[in-house]
Amino acid sequence: MADKPKVAFYWCAACGGCEEAIVDLGEGLLEVAAAVEIVFWPVALDFKRRDIEQLADHSLAAAFVNGAIRTGEQEEMARLLSAKAQLLFAFGSCAHLGGIPGLANLFTSREVLATAYPPDNFPRHACRDNGHALELPELFDTVRPLDQVVPVDYYVPGCPPTPRIIQSALQALLSDTLPPRGSVLAPDVALCEECPRKDSRPPDLTVAAFHRPHQIVIDEEKCMLAQGILCLGPATRGGCEAPCIRGNMPCTGCFGPTSRVRDFGGKALSAVASVAADEAALEAIPDPVGAFYRYSLPASLLRRKKNGGDR
Amino acid sequence: MPEPFEPRIVAFFCNWCTYLAADLAGTSRLRYAPNTRVIRVMCSGRVDPQFVLDAFAQGADGVLIGGCHPGDCHYQEGNYKALRRVALMKRLLREMGIEEERFRLEWISASEGDKVRSVINDMVAKVRALGPLRRPAAPAPSRELIEEVIH
Repeated sequence: MADKPKVAFYWCAACGGCEEAIVDLGEGLLEVAAAVEIVFWPVALDFKRRDIEQLADHSLAAAFVNGAIRTGEQEEMARLLSAKAQLLFAFGSCAHLGGIPGLANLFTSREVLATAYPPDNFPRHACRDNGHALELPELFDTVRPLDQVVPVDYYVPGCPPTPRIIQSALQALLSDTLPPRGSVLAPDVALCEECPRKDSRPPDLTVAAFHRPHQIVIDEEKCMLAQGILCLGPATRGGCEAPCIRGNMPCTGCFGPTSRVRDFGGKALSAVASVAADEAALEAIPDPVGAFYRYSLPASLLRRKKNGGDR
Repeated sequence: MPEPFEPRIVAFFCNWCTYLAADLAGTSRLRYAPNTRVIRVMCSGRVDPQFVLDAFAQGADGVLIGGCHPGDCHYQEGNYKALRRVALMKRLLREMGIEEERFRLEWISASEGDKVRSVINDMVAKVRALGPLRRPAAPAPSRELIEEVIH
């Protein structure tokens, strides 16, 4: 028991889907549990923060953190796990690129809170009530991916990461065959390369009109873009085995960019604009930020809308 | 007294038309606002949206792209590609809180030195009226791990 590598799992600003993805390993999870000692996993096991605090620095072989960083508590936990683990894995789109919660960077934290709380009853970072000092974690204006808070060693992409991607990441960790630090643990090619509809993509692809998936009946065999469905496969890293395409829905870019691209949305926009017949065809894309930065706004070059503060 | 605001405008000019026009403006001794930093690219179609985003992220107050008139592109249709990208980029930048006047695409042929002057003067005046872009400072990232390669 003592020889088994210790690992921790933690969640920050996420939906819980990444935890679900680990549970979805099914029997594979039993093999994982046999090969490692799980010392921290709040969603499944009853360990407390002090259990981690009491560990010596670098005593964890690896920590897998999913979710973006948007509160003071999440930042503290990210720093704590970074200090205790030899390797920090950003697990899933939110930790990798900011993810869906990252779209909150189009608003300030006040605007976000105003959608749920009356103006006279905003949650405050600190207050006094009945003589007691009460404190809540600070809600930051800007959602950040994990690597804008602490150094990240590896990225496990996906919303959520697919079982095969998780298995291969765990195997690489356990067999000590990890690639150079900073790598995204998925093939460095575009999704189109592994798309089952690859051969139906015309060489001179031109899109005369874009449609949203509910507006037309989507052909189950034909390239999405050739049908005028906005598909980000050309700009998105492969390795997911195209489950969305197999489910007859377009790629929305959750695996993020390949290593040659710095700004996913910019590149995806470029790819889509290049195949559009004219500017009028692009008018049918209602929300360019939501379409092209659905999972990656906080990791983009601009990171957030102009109005917010630094936090 | 704070320094008066001087806009910083990054200008991507195509090698075959707009860059030559800027050259002509120079040899013709036309005076225009000194606020642009011109970057020569082979074609307006070579301007990756990432270049524009990076310019804004690094402190540009405006970005100008200059290319050949429609039909005149040295590479047949690079400028049409630029036109489509810019149309979508403008909407994306608006969502990100960046005003429309800060991002501009202009067709300027090699003989239009005077248009270089009028476009730059006009854009500098408009961006000056808007004020600095003042994007929030970048966080201290660990992103040095990843080589910043922009193709």
